[in-house]
Amino acid sequence: MSTDAQPAVEARLGPVDQIPLGEGRAFLVGDEPVAVFRPRSGGLHALRAICPHRGGPLADGLIDGEVVMCPLHNHQFSLADGTCATGADDVAAYAATEEDGELVVRLR
Amino acid sequence: MRRLVVVGNGMSGARALEEILARGGGEQFAITVFGDEPYGNYNRILLSEVLANAAGDAAQRSSTVGTGEAVDNDDADDLYLNPLDWYDENGITLHAGVRIVRIDRHAKVVLGDDGSVTPYDVLVLATGSRSFFPPVEGMWASNTELTRGVFGFRSLDDAQAMLAHVEGDAAQRSSTIGDSHRTAVVIGGGLLGLEAAAGLQKHGVAVHVVHPTEVLMNQQLEAEASKVLRSKLEQMGMHLHLGVKTNEILTTGDAAERGSTDRGQRRVSGVRFTDGSDLACDMVVVTAGIRPNIGLAMVSGLETQRAIVVDDKMRSVDDDAIFVVGECAQHRGEVYGVVGPLWEQAAVLADVVTGANPDAEYHGSRLATKLKVAGVDVAQMGVKAPERESDEFVQFSETGRGVYQTVVIRDGTLIGATLVGDVSKVAALTQAFDSRSALPEERIKLLFDLGAAGDESAAADLPDDTQICNCNGVSKGDLVACVEHGADSVSACMAQTRAGKGCGSCKGLVTEVVEAALGGAGTEDPADSYYVPGIPLDKPTLMHEIRTRELKSVSSVFAALAPDGREHVGSKMGLTALLRMMWPDDVVDERDGRFINDRVHANIQRDGTFSVVPRMSGGVTDAAQLRRIADVAEKHDIPMIKLTGGQRIDLLGVPKEKLPEVWADLDMPSGWAYGKSFRTVKTCVGTDFCRFGLGDSTRLGIDLEERYKGIEGPAKMKLAVSGCPRNCAESMVKDVGLVAIEGGQWQIYVGGAAGATIRKGDILATVDSHEEAMTITGRFLQYYRENANWLERTYDFVPRMGLDHLIAVVVDDTEGIAAELDARMQASVDRYVDPWAADQTESTPGQFHDALPLVPLPQVPVREGSHR
Repeated sequence: MSTDAQPAVEARLGPVDQIPLGEGRAFLVGDEPVAVFRPRSGGLHALRAICPHRGGPLADGLIDGEVVMCPLHNHQFSLADGTCATGADDVAAYAATEEDGELVVRLR
Repeated sequence: MRRLVVVGNGMSGARALEEILARGGGEQFAITVFGDEPYGNYNRILLSEVLANAAGDAAQRSSTVGTGEAVDNDDADDLYLNPLDWYDENGITLHAGVRIVRIDRHAKVVLGDDGSVTPYDVLVLATGSRSFFPPVEGMWASNTELTRGVFGFRSLDDAQAMLAHVEGDAAQRSSTIGDSHRTAVVIGGGLLGLEAAAGLQKHGVAVHVVHPTEVLMNQQLEAEASKVLRSKLEQMGMHLHLGVKTNEILTTGDAAERGSTDRGQRRVSGVRFTDGSDLACDMVVVTAGIRPNIGLAMVSGLETQRAIVVDDKMRSVDDDAIFVVGECAQHRGEVYGVVGPLWEQAAVLADVVTGANPDAEYHGSRLATKLKVAGVDVAQMGVKAPERESDEFVQFSETGRGVYQTVVIRDGTLIGATLVGDVSKVAALTQAFDSRSALPEERIKLLFDLGAAGDESAAADLPDDTQICNCNGVSKGDLVACVEHGADSVSACMAQTRAGKGCGSCKGLVTEVVEAALGGAGTEDPADSYYVPGIPLDKPTLMHEIRTRELKSVSSVFAALAPDGREHVGSKMGLTALLRMMWPDDVVDERDGRFINDRVHANIQRDGTFSVVPRMSGGVTDAAQLRRIADVAEKHDIPMIKLTGGQRIDLLGVPKEKLPEVWADLDMPSGWAYGKSFRTVKTCVGTDFCRFGLGDSTRLGIDLEERYKGIEGPAKMKLAVSGCPRNCAESMVKDVGLVAIEGGQWQIYVGGAAGATIRKGDILATVDSHEEAMTITGRFLQYYRENANWLERTYDFVPRMGLDHLIAVVVDDTEGIAAELDARMQASVDRYVDPWAADQTESTPGQFHDALPLVPLPQVPVREGSHR
């Protein structure tokens, strides 16, 4: 979907606290489904919402400070860069920031 | 009132009396008992313990021998089956120390050696048996007295006399033998002889066992089994002389020194074997077998062969007023010398004598014995070895560990088993033996749990392309390659290949393959003992820390106990479950510590939709419920409605955001088909409808489910209740399975499984009531919750803890924690909240928010029913 040819898409998605601490929620940024995570250790992370393995909903996964674990087959993806440590393909990672209490996701 | 006279006050006489009293015989009969030993009755089985234990006070006790005072001795409390008071309380006249010398069957009286004449209407002979003394020169001092230092091992007097000899005569002995250590020769290497030998050894006596054949305990064991036992005993320092007989007992006289010619003053100095060799000793114990006491029956004109011949009602074949029980009875050619048959005989006798069941019959006993011989576990049942060409014989021998096991099978039925050294399978084997039930196709499974998670096939011999993990498609070659590339532990290989990370049933095999590949050079993997991988503590330590630091949230546990306080994704679920179990009142509910299923109280499916299973306790529903379910399914376009293995109705393919609406429309409570929790109780229709039903399985199933619904634990708990041993609810392969049996009882099986692992449950208890079944089930579950590792199902937990241990803790309460377990389970039960009702509105922002926007759901196919 998001190729180099496309311009960067940025979306302001509303208050950060719509994501409970330690969980993830899914959003649409343009036509890209994005899972945004809010670890207890701080920060915000955004990954493409669909697990590259079998299409699992990453936003429903358990997270810690480093990874999200897909609820279907427990593949783990780095929150920082989307790399998979358990043998599946990597997932796209995006930039997520908090600006004035609001969640901002930027597709690169 | 009719008069009942019992001759013989040993174990069988006492047992018969107890059974008679239990059937109201105390009101029917004036009861008189004769025993020629001057005690209340005692447990002969414990004689060897008397011998082994009473090291210190033997000399003191010897002063009370024969006076009856031993009844008051503390050590003897356990030994006596019934103290003298018991006879008074039950209105029984006991003549201890009176020997009955003749029965006048025409006058219906018994004559005592004290001149007494006692009339009877019903007579019970329980004269038992006595030691057999083979004809050996030097054995006897006179017609009735053994040479000093020679002992039988049959009565309390025998045991105490041996103790007195071992402990008390040291001074005298040293003057005659001049030997600083004491030596005993035990003649006869049967069960009793070996027990006597082990008992004497504990007193520091050097023990030699002389046995006429090469096979020790040849009554119970065949040659190979005996060999294993033999090497164990030799390791313990016992001297065994097999295949030799004793020709003579050598004596030394005080005569020359003290000027006496009385042979009674001579004492044992050694034995001479048939090959002419001598062995010096100062004590001889004769355990060369027993002989039934049938003299009284013979002189009174009753039919005797090896013992007194009885019919199926335990009556003498000559006299309907005379019953016989125990070792002096010969039934259908068999004379039994162990307690099991004796109990069965006593019950039949009491049924007939009291009229409680005049048609009761004894049909012989299948012998199954389990015992400890000199510290070695031995179990034996049925035949020792194959007897026919067509008999199957399975044999397992591991002499290094002192383990030997065999089973004998005829026409598909277990007819014999011998276990030496390792008797862990004795319960299952006894069950198969008693019930003549079907046996596994692979007979070796009778001796080993091949199907359990700890599978021990030869991993090293498997070809490289063998798929080890069938969930994630990992071959043996993949694991070996992982090791070759530097992985040095099982968990490292599992993390890299994902082997064992699916259903988990292959973990044992993965461990073996990796360990074989590491060639034993693998690093000891401490992570194996952790409750969850992210916190380096085993479960008891972790629970202790959580309790003492009062950690009530997952994040606080990580902060306090994890390395660098770091969260670990794979540990959250396990910690959440643990905290919810430990703090039922005030756990801090952090929803991010839960798996998605537990966040939305439904089971996630492959397309991200969920399945909804309402509670239907015991699998029982009604028309109104079914109508409502049908309405909900239509309203929400449920793609598939399916019956589950646990007898519930599953509505599949519900998108997350529709869950609260579906729950509200159903207006039924959650069936917990998603949690690591108490799931379902499957039932059969039981006594209400089934013509075979023995117990109300439906009621019990419903009650169990209503009480323990949703209780969370280390893994899911699936239960079943069957109304009879036909077992239609498959109780034997459940985490807890109950089976009604005749007599209003419930058998409680635990640790069964029929999923990724197949395991037949073990019988934890057989209980008498519905209430007890509820309590024991709850207590077992609580013990499991508190002690099982994360994701450890009962089929691994039960064998890990050991059935004996579980029975001790959960049923017999040997640790005194039963009340606490019950209370903690009650606390969890009391705090139960239906999650569907509680989460009708969001508990967290976006709790039911779609996680796959743009993906049209459901993606699962919509399936029609079987009608076309």
